[in-house]
Amino acid sequence: MERLVLDIAHILAGGLVLVSIAMLYQDRLTSMINVFAAHAIVLSMAVAWQAWLQDAPHLYWTALIAIVFKAIVIPVGLHRIVRRLGIHRDIEAALSTGLTMMAAMGLVALSMALMLDVAAEADPLAREDLAFALAIVLIGLLVMVTRRNAVSQVIGFMSLENGLILAATAAKGMPLVVEISVAFSVLVAFIVIGVFLFRIRERFDSVDISALDDYRGERQ
Amino acid sequence: MSPVVLLLMASAAQIAVAVAAAFGARLRGAGVAVYGASLAISAFVFVVSLVHLVTAAAPAGVTLPLGLPWIGAHFRLDALSALFAALVGLGASAANLYALGYGRHEATPERVLPFVPAFLGAMTLVILADDAFAFLVSWEFMSLASWALVIAHHHDEANRRAGFVYVAMAGFGTLALLFAFGLLAGVNGDYAFSAMREAARGPTVSAFVLALALLGAGSKAGLAPLHVWLPLAHPAAPSHVSALMSGVMTKVAVYGFIRIVFDLSGAPYWWTALPLILGGAATAVIGILWATMERDMKRALAWSTIENIGVIFAALGLALAFRANGMLPAAALALTAALFHAVNHTVFKSLLFFGAGAVLTATGERDLEKLGGLIHRMPRTAFAVLVASAAISALPPLNGFASEWLLFQAILQSPDLPQWALKIFVPAAGGMLALAAALAAAAFVRLYGVGFLGRPRSEAAAKATEVDRFMQAAMLGLALLCLLFGIFPGYVIDALAPVVRDLAGTTMPGQSWREWFTIVPVSEGRSSYNGLLVFVFVLMSGSMAAWVVHRAASRVVRRSIAWGCGFDEPAPAAQYSASSFAQPLRRVFGTLLLAATEKVDMPQPGDMRPAGHAVTLTDHAWTAIYGRIAGAIDAIAGRLNRLQFLTIRQYLSFVFMLLILLLLALVLWT
Repeated sequence: MERLVLDIAHILAGGLVLVSIAMLYQDRLTSMINVFAAHAIVLSMAVAWQAWLQDAPHLYWTALIAIVFKAIVIPVGLHRIVRRLGIHRDIEAALSTGLTMMAAMGLVALSMALMLDVAAEADPLAREDLAFALAIVLIGLLVMVTRRNAVSQVIGFMSLENGLILAATAAKGMPLVVEISVAFSVLVAFIVIGVFLFRIRERFDSVDISALDDYRGERQ
Repeated sequence: MSPVVLLLMASAAQIAVAVAAAFGARLRGAGVAVYGASLAISAFVFVVSLVHLVTAAAPAGVTLPLGLPWIGAHFRLDALSALFAALVGLGASAANLYALGYGRHEATPERVLPFVPAFLGAMTLVILADDAFAFLVSWEFMSLASWALVIAHHHDEANRRAGFVYVAMAGFGTLALLFAFGLLAGVNGDYAFSAMREAARGPTVSAFVLALALLGAGSKAGLAPLHVWLPLAHPAAPSHVSALMSGVMTKVAVYGFIRIVFDLSGAPYWWTALPLILGGAATAVIGILWATMERDMKRALAWSTIENIGVIFAALGLALAFRANGMLPAAALALTAALFHAVNHTVFKSLLFFGAGAVLTATGERDLEKLGGLIHRMPRTAFAVLVASAAISALPPLNGFASEWLLFQAILQSPDLPQWALKIFVPAAGGMLALAAALAAAAFVRLYGVGFLGRPRSEAAAKATEVDRFMQAAMLGLALLCLLFGIFPGYVIDALAPVVRDLAGTTMPGQSWREWFTIVPVSEGRSSYNGLLVFVFVLMSGSMAAWVVHRAASRVVRRSIAWGCGFDEPAPAAQYSASSFAQPLRRVFGTLLLAATEKVDMPQPGDMRPAGHAVTLTDHAWTAIYGRIAGAIDAIAGRLNRLQFLTIRQYLSFVFMLLILLLLALVLWT
């Protein structure tokens, strides 16, 4: 039974990594937003499982916040933005999909090797969750680096936050205050960047951030 | 109250004077008040540290709750720091006394007054510091205060350039010292000197510490090829500050080097001595060769400082070599020679810069080609400078001879060294040092002969008058010290004994009890020197010669013929000039060592324009090292400039790559 509980926790955390990787090869913004919603759902499941596992009822709140804001409010908002901006065209990735996937595999391997090595004395559950969380953070960064479109960069940033929340819940005894602040920071970032996107839209008629470079006079 | 607390209070008082001077520098009488107060404090520092040194008192430490939290600032006074604190006190007292007169001619006193006491206080703090943090902070404070003095006359483009080169080199030197202390502190990171002394370290670490100490302290002292700032910066400051920088601050650098290499880094390896000995000897030759070429009086003196620093470092290297081989008496001899020479250099180089300042005050000229005949117009200054010139040229019975003689006695012990490399290179370095000593004599014959003898070469030199009494007192007092240290070297050697015992494990045989003030460095059978005897001999033979010349010479008036081989030409330009005096040396050494090129511009017959002769000298250190470094930095900066214009995604990629690299390093490392 003990074994099964741990395995389910691993499956959920690993599923989060899998969804992160799935995010990498989406080439339409709408599907990307959907994958992000799935990401948030898996996250809330993982957090809820941790809550049951650690017997920490406040973590249910975290799971609830995750599912309400990240799986429903933010994706709905993003869909509306995308529709209002009229950007249904393909996402132009800076790196080819194959290379990106290989890089993601390398990142997962790196975070596994690192965490299993560095946190060798930690509780095995927390340790492997930390390894997954690090992988999610790194893949989130990879998403931000490989996309030129501002909306997909925002999504990459938020998946990175999800990784942080996974790490925070894996560490036992973290108070709810911190999680609320983390969730709020994501929400604030979302709002700020949303406003920012509309300004980009007004000035440049595009949400491709290369337009910003043109504005700065750096591309000939 | 313990002497270390007294000295700390003296430093605090200097800094308080500096702060007061910053506010009141424009007031009437501010110069006299500041220099007077600073003089009193410096004399106090001198007396306290000299008493501590001579009585061979036990080291005393104190920890102040300043600086880094929980650690505080440690200060300590042992024999070594007492010696150098006494040197600072001596040089500072003389400079302040001199400045009581010299400072009156300062056009912008508010640019000089606040920084002189601050500079003096900082130097005392460097010497008292007993942890790396206190040391480095005081060191940097010292550098910055002296930098402010270098650019005091900032309207001159050359002074601004000197200040820039100086501050760049000073920053580099402090960085090297920071790394040296980091290595000494080791993995435990205890930056107190007492902890560094205890720690054990291998040969690689020792070699790096030595190299970094050479870079850090050597750049401040002026060791070639780190000397490039010195001939620019030292002369740029007002003369009493030049005297402080050359006479005292270079000694603080020597102190830093001795502290790190002899005291903190533990037992030496013999090969660490080689770069010191060879580098010191090469520095001495290069420095003095430039001094013989330089037309600017103060710059020539600054180059001669480089030579003396070379001599001191060579002697230190020799002491290291002997100590590493367990030849403790020889090590004590070499170390005594180094310290004695450091003391002497403080005395005569301060005096020489005072003399140059006096000439500058009286004539407004630093260019030797525009001076001449000053011995008749400024007899006391001329006498004091003559004494210092003879002392720095190592003529007996003055102090320069005593210390250089001890150094050569130490070099003569080198055949007993076991390593062949040392057996070969130490006598070679000895030859170079002998060459440097001979060139020093030539340089100072030139400086004195062209500057003070002959006929005036300019209107200003012809109208010079003797300087005021404060300046005279400072110069004649130091001249007296040159003579006293030369006649009674035994007392100086015995006063240095506590320092030498701490650093070399033993001392030279006691000297002051011997009959007639003879000094015997090794044993009676080997060699001995009696300064008093030489002095009496010089005095007697000199007065005899004068008597003979005045009594026995013909009193017939002689008239020279009309075609008098040139010297009947009334123009003073017909005299030997500074450049023509240097020409033979330039022909012999200059083409190789100074890259000297001569350009003769001879007009065709019938062409009315004047003929010309121009000499250009190049410092190899500039072209070979600094020029290339500057070029490389320029090229790299040009490339990196592109980083300023990347897209947001590219910046993010850099951050991401760096993160991955660090994580990878963590994986591979652990």
